[in-house]
Amino acid sequence: MAPLIDVRDLSIAFPRATPVRGLSLTVAAGETVALVGESGSGKSLTALALMRLLPDAARIASGEILFRGRDGAVTDLAGLDDRALRRVRGRDIAMVFQEPMTSLNPVLSVGQQVAEVVRLHEGLSRRAAFARAVELLDLVRIPEPRRRAGDYPHELSGGMRQRVMIAIAVACAPRLLIADEPTTALDVTIQAQVLDLLDALRRDLSMGLLLITHDLGVVAEWADRVAVMYAGRKVEDAPFETLFGAPLHPYTRGLLAASPRLDAGQHYSAGALAEIAGSIASAAGEEGCAFAPRCPNARALCRAAVPALDAVAPGHLVACPVTTSEAQREARHALAVG
Amino acid sequence: MHGTGTLPSGGHAANPRASDAEDRAAAAALGAERAQAAQPEPDFWPNVHAPDAARTVTADVARLAPVGRRHALLVFLSNPTAVAGLLILAVVVGAALAAPVLFPDDPLEMAGRPLQWPGQNPRFPLGTDALGRDVLAGLVHGARVSLLVGACATLAGLLAGILVGATAGYFGGVVDDVLSKLIEIFQTVPGFILLIVLVAIAQPSVPAIALAIAAVSWPQVARLVRAQFRAIKEKDFVAAARALGFGHGRIIFREILPNALPPVIVLASVTVATAILMESALSFMGLGDPNVVSWGSMIGTGRDLLRTAWFLSAIPGVAIVLTVLSLNLIGDGLNEALNPRRGGEG
Repeated sequence: MAPLIDVRDLSIAFPRATPVRGLSLTVAAGETVALVGESGSGKSLTALALMRLLPDAARIASGEILFRGRDGAVTDLAGLDDRALRRVRGRDIAMVFQEPMTSLNPVLSVGQQVAEVVRLHEGLSRRAAFARAVELLDLVRIPEPRRRAGDYPHELSGGMRQRVMIAIAVACAPRLLIADEPTTALDVTIQAQVLDLLDALRRDLSMGLLLITHDLGVVAEWADRVAVMYAGRKVEDAPFETLFGAPLHPYTRGLLAASPRLDAGQHYSAGALAEIAGSIASAAGEEGCAFAPRCPNARALCRAAVPALDAVAPGHLVACPVTTSEAQREARHALAVG
Repeated sequence: MHGTGTLPSGGHAANPRASDAEDRAAAAALGAERAQAAQPEPDFWPNVHAPDAARTVTADVARLAPVGRRHALLVFLSNPTAVAGLLILAVVVGAALAAPVLFPDDPLEMAGRPLQWPGQNPRFPLGTDALGRDVLAGLVHGARVSLLVGACATLAGLLAGILVGATAGYFGGVVDDVLSKLIEIFQTVPGFILLIVLVAIAQPSVPAIALAIAAVSWPQVARLVRAQFRAIKEKDFVAAARALGFGHGRIIFREILPNALPPVIVLASVTVATAILMESALSFMGLGDPNVVSWGSMIGTGRDLLRTAWFLSAIPGVAIVLTVLSLNLIGDGLNEALNPRRGGEG
């Protein structure tokens, strides 16, 4: 299936830094892609770049963001002007932000805020838009939507506000929904509800969902495919079963080893969790692989050049020459033995 | 529960029987609660549950918290100085509105014998001036001019200040640089001198004076609005509005401006007071509209007789003081009610 959005070789530059370099990413309709990485890996910037909402100082230095619209025509969002972008934003691509406490306008009732988007993109009358807003609040499972529509954001809990944000985001049935850490600011008990809701909406509206997160638990439960970012580059891209079953990049392996697992009976009293030595700051000014200073099996060739993404299996890309060659050797070995 | 007495932890052991009784009572209560919990509708702690539980009781709890604007109004009305200011202003506004009914004749016409002192003649409770004009009639008609100029100048100044400040603060960059310089140019010229020059160039009429005062007072509004916009445009809900495809105009007027208004409202009340003072000062110097009576011109004409008939200057002076004071009190009250740092949410 042709991807809904096809990011090719995207680089985002600030005057003194290039936090995202050569990123390629695709999301198909009805697919959930998780973009994973630690703070500072460039995942949120990537999301903002897709909406062309980068901060003033940042710009798209190179690359294409090919988006397939409702009519099947492909446009490069990186080259669109402001007016055309405004028609795409909110209608074709919508975004749910991390912080529901501050993402709603405090002086407008939530019903008004949902209705505004509908009026803007679908040209409904005030009355029709408000009726639609109540429907949308119902769709995101807000109890008593008619009454809640008149409430102001400060009268709602965090989880409720995030539901309102989701209602606003899906108001025009977008083709792609970008959720930038949608549950980070929420209570653990609410997180699953919100993600279930996003997942159900993705299915019902056959949207592509780009889920930006640093929570591997979220990834394991909801993602179809996972892209792991480190220091502005994609280091591994795989279907989620592959990524969790047979991760290849040492960073991915480190991440998985560092996440506590309930089934393994791992508890802090049983000893320290595994960790990846060093910090992402060590990637600054690095010549070759950005992960090399922290990598347990770094070789000389890692520092020589930036490793390219190699396909080790269909749909499984890894940017690590060491593990790739190992994997290939193993595959050859298996072939020879078999 | 056990620590209710003045005794510290030792009290427990010293009075075992009382403590036993308490424990039993607690156990009994717990048992009752458990029994209740076993029933189909466990409704103890009706106000405590998961924030997203699919129940409706949360709405009632939320309703107990005062809503932003209503809360601000309550804070304002419970402030005695603000209410005093409001009352004084109400009297002045009432006098201005009732002037044509109370004193239908032209207040600039001679009404009686000149220089009668207040209380001397029941027909002129506040006396007459050197030309035999009724001081009370002048005072009441003067309130019309003062309030009209104050309100119009403030409205025009707010309009210009909000437009310039919002544009500069929202767009930033070169636009901000140019507009900020413009604001600074206006602020470096002494306000009152500029006002005199403007009025001297234009014909001294009430609209011209109001516009001239607006031209002097807008930079302050613009600076405040610009600062507000610079802060608010970084907020998440503005980014969210952009992500939804809203245009600049809509984001400025619908998303940011309502959130930027509280301090502007406070400033506006003080700007009205300043405008009234400026108009009085202009009229005092004889630069006001000669066809209408104003408090400033009354003080100005009374100045020559300051030693013999001081009431001619003092009475309109008190009127100015009270009006300006009332507006400042209202401004303070609004500041208290609308300032989020003092608990006025919204």
